[in-house]
Amino acid sequence: MAVINSKTVAIVGNEAVAEAMRQINPDVVAAYPITPQTDIVQAFSAIAADGLVDTELVNVESEHSAMSACIGAASSGARVMTATCSQGLGLMWELLYIASGLRLPMVMPNVNRSLSAPINIHCDHSDSMGARDSGWIQLFSENAQEAYDNIIQAVRISEHPDVYLPVMVLMDGFIISHAVDRVDLIDDEKVKNFVGERNAPFTMLDPNNPVCVGPFVHSYYFEFKRQQEEAMANALPVIKNVSDEFEKISGRTYGLFETLGMEDAEFAVIAQGSGAGTIRHQVECLRSNGIRAGMIKLRSFRPFPAEELIKALSGVKTVAVFDRSTTFAGGMGGPVFNELRSSFYEQEAKPLMVNYVYGLGGRDLSVELVKKAMEEILEMNSSGKAEQKINYLGLRE
Amino acid sequence: MSTKLKDLVKKEDVLTSGHRLCAGCGAPVAVRQILMGAPDDVELVVANPTGCLEVSTTIYPYSSWNASYIHCAFENVASTLSGSEAAYRSLKKQGKIKDDYRFVAFGGDGGTYDIGLQALSGALERGHRMVYVCYNNEAYMNTGIQRSGATMKGAWTSTSPHGKDSYGKTENRKDLTGIVAAHNIPYVAQASISNWRDVVKKAQKAFAADGPSFINILAPCHRGWRYPMEETIELARLAVQTCVWPLYEIENGKWNLTTKPKEKKPVEEYLKPQGRFAHLFKDENREVLKSIQEYVDKDWERIKRLCGETE
Repeated sequence: MAVINSKTVAIVGNEAVAEAMRQINPDVVAAYPITPQTDIVQAFSAIAADGLVDTELVNVESEHSAMSACIGAASSGARVMTATCSQGLGLMWELLYIASGLRLPMVMPNVNRSLSAPINIHCDHSDSMGARDSGWIQLFSENAQEAYDNIIQAVRISEHPDVYLPVMVLMDGFIISHAVDRVDLIDDEKVKNFVGERNAPFTMLDPNNPVCVGPFVHSYYFEFKRQQEEAMANALPVIKNVSDEFEKISGRTYGLFETLGMEDAEFAVIAQGSGAGTIRHQVECLRSNGIRAGMIKLRSFRPFPAEELIKALSGVKTVAVFDRSTTFAGGMGGPVFNELRSSFYEQEAKPLMVNYVYGLGGRDLSVELVKKAMEEILEMNSSGKAEQKINYLGLRE
Repeated sequence: MSTKLKDLVKKEDVLTSGHRLCAGCGAPVAVRQILMGAPDDVELVVANPTGCLEVSTTIYPYSSWNASYIHCAFENVASTLSGSEAAYRSLKKQGKIKDDYRFVAFGGDGGTYDIGLQALSGALERGHRMVYVCYNNEAYMNTGIQRSGATMKGAWTSTSPHGKDSYGKTENRKDLTGIVAAHNIPYVAQASISNWRDVVKKAQKAFAADGPSFINILAPCHRGWRYPMEETIELARLAVQTCVWPLYEIENGKWNLTTKPKEKKPVEEYLKPQGRFAHLFKDENREVLKSIQEYVDKDWERIKRLCGETE
């Protein structure tokens, strides 16, 4: 199952993640299988069974226990990973806040899948969006390559002393997890040097300095939470710096988001995850026809790079945000739309902003649908008016 | 290892004085007796689920624990400690740490019988080397005396009050020790803080077990049971003498009765001093008292049979 020391391979996203895990060689992995994440746990179990890692693999009886064990292990100085999605992430909910509140570094791929009910195993971003205020860093991936690259970078971001926060690497269920993709793997030795060893400032396994993890806090709770907010803000430059370093061993550039045509764009589309590929194709088509379209692919959703986004969007008249989830606020659209819109509140010049909610429960984002949306956006951009602020793309109505 | 009092008192307290548990609470007594059975040449990691013991011993920025300690949430002390134990094995195997550690969890009956049962079962099945101690006071005391799966039939609690149509809790407690024993782990025991030498012996065996071990120790709560605070140990003793709480162990599958009461006292002697059972002594509840005695008798016969004391 494991692919060792080859450069370019054709593998599915879940295998790419397992391969990154093999190279990182975490001290502890505690995980529970759930569709469509299962192959990560299976592939890593095979890697562990072949003795290719030093990892203690804990096959827990639930996602709740997976995250609990990760918390126990990370508090003991171990480098820790798990993986989940959907209902599994839901079951972890209270522990997500404990992991971030205890400032424990760990990395967790979340293979984005819709939430029940009605039950559905396909992709949307409702699961991770539900955890957007849990204090975890959240990095989106567009394809298997980005999932692999994000996992490796996440270790460094999470363990950075200015940050010490857990990181969720988001990758679209089935579209990324189960589709065979071209992935350029980095040499084992380079990854090993890049991630280094975890150097925990406090660990329960230091006999000279026993620690009390998770005490009962009345009077300093507010201060702890304020520090957590600061750590999240600190993550913005750290993500950029780690990305710069990563470029040196991979040749691939990341940062907080990716832009296309933003230097002269009149209108821009914002997307995250695998949908960005289809959207990029349409933006490129428009640009080859002389239409000044632009695109931003958001990588870091937590922390939310508000200032950087405002700057990147400063020249456009219209912004269309693609959201693969909704907020159920009663017709206010998706989370990325709301946060970006709120970011512009203090700005003198505000672009016209519209929202496209798409792809819930795995509804396909076809080229035709994106084309239709682009025509509408183009129309709004020239009229300066949006008839409908919140749009449901590809919905049977 | 010695179980002589003159040796045991020389051991350094892992749970120090200055904690804020109630005067007369059975929990710190249970903790100290258990930790007297911990080997001297190892380091400890102590874990608590959310509960009385946790909130009263780790009020930031203080800690009453002379050892590394972790509290994560209510239902997951077993899985949290699983992770620590796995980290220990991993780091030790890689040569990243040198010292020997043992892992011990103290959960109340709420965090063990009820909300934490799944995590406990998972940890036992996976075979993590940890001592899991249930300090059992038969209700959710931290939140104000609500019924748990450990609460005895007939007991008043704030969620099983007696009233015009109720005599208190209508169900018998579950046999958690039996449930744990069904996991076939190396060491399982029932203990009581009234029998301290028995507790220390059992703790020594639990710490020595090469795998998971479990001790269910009765630790009365005077606030919840409604008796004068100085009678905690006496109540624990009566539970043993009436066979409401038999003391036994299951060592590598072999059942062994560790305390045989000279004379089995009627269960009423245990119930009478406790305010939570006061309503059972009204005429209309005589049948309930009888049914409790029948339950205790039947359970005692079952334990004796399993321990090879009777055919």
